[in-house]
Amino acid sequence: MPSLGADMTEGSLVEWLVQPGDTVVKGQAVAVVDTAKSAIEVECFEDGAIQELLVEPGTTVPVGTVLAVLADGGRTDAPAGATDTGETAETTNTAEAGKTVETIKAAEAAKATDSTKATGAADTAKTTERTAARTTPLVRRLAHDRHVDLDSVRGSGKAGRVTRADVEAASRDSGRIRATPYARRTASELGVDLRGIDGTGTDGTIRARDVRAAASGPTTPARPASPAPAAAPRPAVSPEPPAPDGHAQARRQAIAHLMSKSKHEIPHYYLSTTIDLAAAVAWMREHNRAVPVAERLVPAALLLKAAAVAARKVPEMNGFWIDGGHVRPAAVHLGVAVSLREGGLVAPALHDADTLSLPALMAGLRDLVRRARTGRLRASETADPTITVTDLGDQGVEAVFGVIYPPQVALVGYGRVLDRPVAVDGLLGVRPCVTATLSADHRAGDGAVGARYLATVDRLLHHPEDL
Amino acid sequence: MAAPARTPEQETARTSFRDELRAAIREALRADERVFLMGEDVGSYGGAFGVSLGLLEEFGPERIRDTPLSESGFVGAGIGAAIAGMRPIVEIMTINFSLLALDQILNNAATLLHMSGGQVGVPVVIRMTTGAGRQLAAQHSHSLEGWYAGIPGIRVLSPGTLQDARHMLAPALADPDPVVIFEHGSLYNATGPAVPPPASYDIVSAAVRRAGNDVSLICHGGSLPKVLAAADALAAEGISADVVDLRSLRPLDGATIAGSVARTHRAVVVDEGWRTGGLSAEIAAQIAELAFYELDAPVERVCGAEVPVPYPKHLEDAALPAIVDIMAAARRTVG
Repeated sequence: MPSLGADMTEGSLVEWLVQPGDTVVKGQAVAVVDTAKSAIEVECFEDGAIQELLVEPGTTVPVGTVLAVLADGGRTDAPAGATDTGETAETTNTAEAGKTVETIKAAEAAKATDSTKATGAADTAKTTERTAARTTPLVRRLAHDRHVDLDSVRGSGKAGRVTRADVEAASRDSGRIRATPYARRTASELGVDLRGIDGTGTDGTIRARDVRAAASGPTTPARPASPAPAAAPRPAVSPEPPAPDGHAQARRQAIAHLMSKSKHEIPHYYLSTTIDLAAAVAWMREHNRAVPVAERLVPAALLLKAAAVAARKVPEMNGFWIDGGHVRPAAVHLGVAVSLREGGLVAPALHDADTLSLPALMAGLRDLVRRARTGRLRASETADPTITVTDLGDQGVEAVFGVIYPPQVALVGYGRVLDRPVAVDGLLGVRPCVTATLSADHRAGDGAVGARYLATVDRLLHHPEDL
Repeated sequence: MAAPARTPEQETARTSFRDELRAAIREALRADERVFLMGEDVGSYGGAFGVSLGLLEEFGPERIRDTPLSESGFVGAGIGAAIAGMRPIVEIMTINFSLLALDQILNNAATLLHMSGGQVGVPVVIRMTTGAGRQLAAQHSHSLEGWYAGIPGIRVLSPGTLQDARHMLAPALADPDPVVIFEHGSLYNATGPAVPPPASYDIVSAAVRRAGNDVSLICHGGSLPKVLAAADALAAEGISADVVDLRSLRPLDGATIAGSVARTHRAVVVDEGWRTGGLSAEIAAQIAELAFYELDAPVERVCGAEVPVPYPKHLEDAALPAIVDIMAAARRTVG
């Protein structure tokens, strides 16, 4: 019984316009219902065949009552004639009465949940109805087992139904971490990201011991089983238990350890070049003119993209130095150094940055910085940068020679974009320039390779339209 | 080399839960002439469980008073005596029968101070036997302490050691408000050395009876010996259990419970009462409220089966928390 007005609580069925066995199409009038105001035709919401009429003409039933069962191509049973009670506000004509998707969902829910013979179901929780309506028991069980919230899953099946594949995908993507409260607290104190930790508790729950194991794991990251990004090393953290007074200090310890390790073990060499950004900036301004403010690019996006593409073109700068060898992943995951307000920094990865479009990279950068500063990074992001960029331009410095983030083999630094006098084609001009630097691991390659990398960055920034 | 022989002091110091309860009543009767004991068969029979054996001869029928078989009547009389200035100890034979007196306890004893605007205190102490394990069947064996623990206006105690059997009564009598003391039937014959109370003795704190790091076993009264036995067996498996004896069921000592969970990060609540809406539920809720961020495993509960306690021995055993159940729950938390 559809709600044919906000104040309608019940309606009486005047007559059926169809009989069991009749084939009906979406939009076809199937019944006449008398409300307190007028008699109204009720439309069917889906194609199918009338399987069973559940309410006799002359009967008054509450809104939400299932009026009939619709056979859907002989496969599933879908009741027709009920509606999402109370949701369809001010719907006073037939055309609108039953055509929303929610309506048919609600009707199915009444059948599927079995909790209501739909009588007086006016108060049935909308969420429950929607969830139940779009799913089969199998899918609901799968969702339960995988801890997937069905309401948050977008259904790809017929009429928006959530399919098994949807749940499986959501289970992979949802990032819902099953961890005990103590494990979460411990992770927070140790500065460990829960993502990527294998839980040893029931159903894979991460417990405190798993966090501590991850935190006190070998400081030299394990050799990746394969060059695949998924197998990239964990972020190294201090072997010493950090002082208990918090996150920031734990992070300081981790940085101290990591940077010491880097300077002890990695023979750095440094290169620097100043790049004319006139073309890049001009192109960016043109681009920005055409897009909403929220989607506008900043120079950092171009600089990062250039660093990423250059790392693909000069793979000697990409990857990890592990156990005396250079592991070169196929992908470029660009670590972006983000300074944190409470001190310290993190360098999470923009995955596959070399293949992202500039707008996508810009959006990814915004998202990454926001999450880095609110402590919501994913393990994969903190774990697998293959080359890191530090951009201290907004701090006002002209150049930065960074310390490589082990076990990576290179770190790219950008200073401030400054208008400088530049000789161009024999004339002196004032153009926006940036000093790009490269800190590279001499074990993995020599200065000539590093020079090729910086030259590639330079060339890419001269052709921003190709980025 | 033979073990050293017991000294005579040690020999005489060996005592039982029943004897300690009796000693406490005797001491109270001697210490304060306002104190008297009343209840069914507490006089010439010596109490249904023998707690008051010999007291009639020692103190006479004025102070050791047999009552008619009417819980509502004699508990009401005890409350009246308390209001009138006496310090009655009312014995109810079993907790099941106390339901007949629940109106007196809940609607009078627990409320009169409030209803009178603070003018009428009810310093009564009500003792009763609780719990199963002795094949007394479903009308004599339940553990309803959790119901009493939900009543504002009364204090609820559950001694599980000889020390508490001996020393809880005096502070209970000194309390200006009603105190209900639950004596688990399985404990009366428990024996051991008499242990003097510490200087800081009170009837509001829970006690850690055994210190451990891996899991908190939270219990009271008749479950305590089982839990200590389970803790011993768990220690052999390498699981170090912290045993918390609640002692006071109302108020609950949430700080000690949370402190234990903060050490172990895992909790098993053992309560012979029924699980649904029971004392174990309240404790689990308090753990969630006070120590949520300490929890490294879901709280486990080991409770009495939700059936009337059966009469046949094997079924009764099966209906009660057993040592193996406690151990299994502890293992689940430690995983």
